[in-house]
Amino acid sequence: MTRQAMFRRIVLSSLIRRRSRMLVALLAVLIGTTVFLGMGAVYYDIPRQMGREFRSYGANLVLVAAGGGSVLKLEEARRAIALLPVDKVVGATPFRYETMYYNKQGLTVVGTDFSAVRKTSPYWRVQGEWPQKDDEILIGADIAEHTRLYAGSFIALEVSPPKGRKIKKEMKISGVVHSGGAEDGFVLMPLAGMETLLGAGGTAAVVEISIAAASEEIAAFSAAIQAKTPGLTPRLVKRIADSETTVLSRLQALIFMVTGIVLFLTLICVGTTMLTVVMERRGEIGLKKALGADNKAIIFEFIGEGVVLALAGWLPGLVSGYFFAQMVSVSVFSREVDLPFFLVPLTLCASLAVTITASLLPAAAAVDVEPALVLGGE
Amino acid sequence: MNILELKDVSMLYGQVMALQNISLSVASGEWVAIMGASGSGKTTLMNIVGCMNKATRGTVTLDGENISRLDGRDLTAIRRDKIGLIFQQFHLISYLTAVENVMIAQYYHSMADEQETLRALKRVGLTHRAGHLPRQLSGGEQQRLCIARALINYPRLILADEPTGNLDESNQNTVLDIFHQLHAEGSTIIVVTHSPEVAAHAQRVVSLEFGRLVSDVPAQRFH
Repeated sequence: MTRQAMFRRIVLSSLIRRRSRMLVALLAVLIGTTVFLGMGAVYYDIPRQMGREFRSYGANLVLVAAGGGSVLKLEEARRAIALLPVDKVVGATPFRYETMYYNKQGLTVVGTDFSAVRKTSPYWRVQGEWPQKDDEILIGADIAEHTRLYAGSFIALEVSPPKGRKIKKEMKISGVVHSGGAEDGFVLMPLAGMETLLGAGGTAAVVEISIAAASEEIAAFSAAIQAKTPGLTPRLVKRIADSETTVLSRLQALIFMVTGIVLFLTLICVGTTMLTVVMERRGEIGLKKALGADNKAIIFEFIGEGVVLALAGWLPGLVSGYFFAQMVSVSVFSREVDLPFFLVPLTLCASLAVTITASLLPAAAAVDVEPALVLGGE
Repeated sequence: MNILELKDVSMLYGQVMALQNISLSVASGEWVAIMGASGSGKTTLMNIVGCMNKATRGTVTLDGENISRLDGRDLTAIRRDKIGLIFQQFHLISYLTAVENVMIAQYYHSMADEQETLRALKRVGLTHRAGHLPRQLSGGEQQRLCIARALINYPRLILADEPTGNLDESNQNTVLDIFHQLHAEGSTIIVVTHSPEVAAHAQRVVSLEFGRLVSDVPAQRFH
């Protein structure tokens, strides 16, 4: 039998046949691995998870015409959006602003794409229905209160197109929008309907884009748009992007700390168990020394036990860690987490580091055992 | 030729003189019993001869090598290569089977050989218990296992500390029979014992009192 084979036999027998004691240490490693893997997966996935979550706060990148112009071409905006990664663009919404009149009173009418608005401004609450046709509109909550119009009412809007005579068009109010922002004072209609009414299309005042990315990444996208579409000026909505970054970094720091504390507690638990084991096994260590084991052999055996503990806790810890990550992610973010593969070997390294470190102190204590004292005699 | 020589060996524990000026020679192939009451210094002497302790004064020569001033590492090597230890409490490793308890001594010495270990177990009548854990063995079987472990590396000197102290008469006789076989094959045996009956099986009986050697006589005269 080779020395390695006998070494394995000693270490495995020590763990398997003394399992009641080692179970505590194994459980500690298992919990440590579970938390490390689970929290690691959540930590890594937080920007993606929270990025989507933050998109409910509205757009974080705005395209306007370059050089202080008031009108941008939608074709150019589409080229700019094509520069962004498809999986990160939550939505892009054009807004065109015109003044129209109701009972000779001027109103700001916004032409937009309602299906896109629902993605970029999911916080809008519509009382009634979203417009389905080009002659259906939403009115802001303030206008509704002021004019006493409501969902289902009709409103006659007057507008003077750039070319031609004044037009009066009756539109159906499909709903009243509550956004808590400027939209409460606007009339909102489909962009296509506005273009038909005014006879000029393909332009907007602004395009709002919602991107699921950190502020540094959005800044990089912004620079790319700036470079490749000279007719546009991209503007980072810093209020939102910076808030996202701050919340993300604090959340990640919190998870980092919790994971660190759990690993430290695991270290303490495994270390204490191993130290207790050494105290209990002083006689055995003394005997091994009496049989001729040198300090190196004794230390290797303890480290070997630590390594086997790490492996034995790591394998089931991978499974429980995966489920733990899913549980945390589903309960907090309502969606599943992606487990990055690099966490698998990283978790093994962490388990090994904890158990080997925890074995070193007891191993040092084992070296000090005097066989003559512990083997006793008369 | 002497395998063991002690010259003026003394051992001081704090203010207590555990051994005082012990001089003793053991010839190769000899069977010596060391007797004495509790506190007489028997175990201290065993620990010094067994390289588990160093004498405060004097010289100890084992197999031609002065071991008095060796460091812990060298003493471990001497213990591993030249000494077979047998204990009153057996000191078996609880989580290793009988065959593994013997193989571990081979492992620390050089290379574990399961077939050779099984032959050693056969010699002490434990082949059928090879796969049993120590707790599954009787006291006599545990002591025989301890003897098999002590013999596995062909030691120059067998040191037995009260080897029959925890055994009934039948098992005591079995163990003494094994010692007789070993002695007949030329092994050098030093047995520490309280029992005059066990000591009588040796060739020489050395008696200690309060750390001093008070007699060193052939076993027949001791009787």
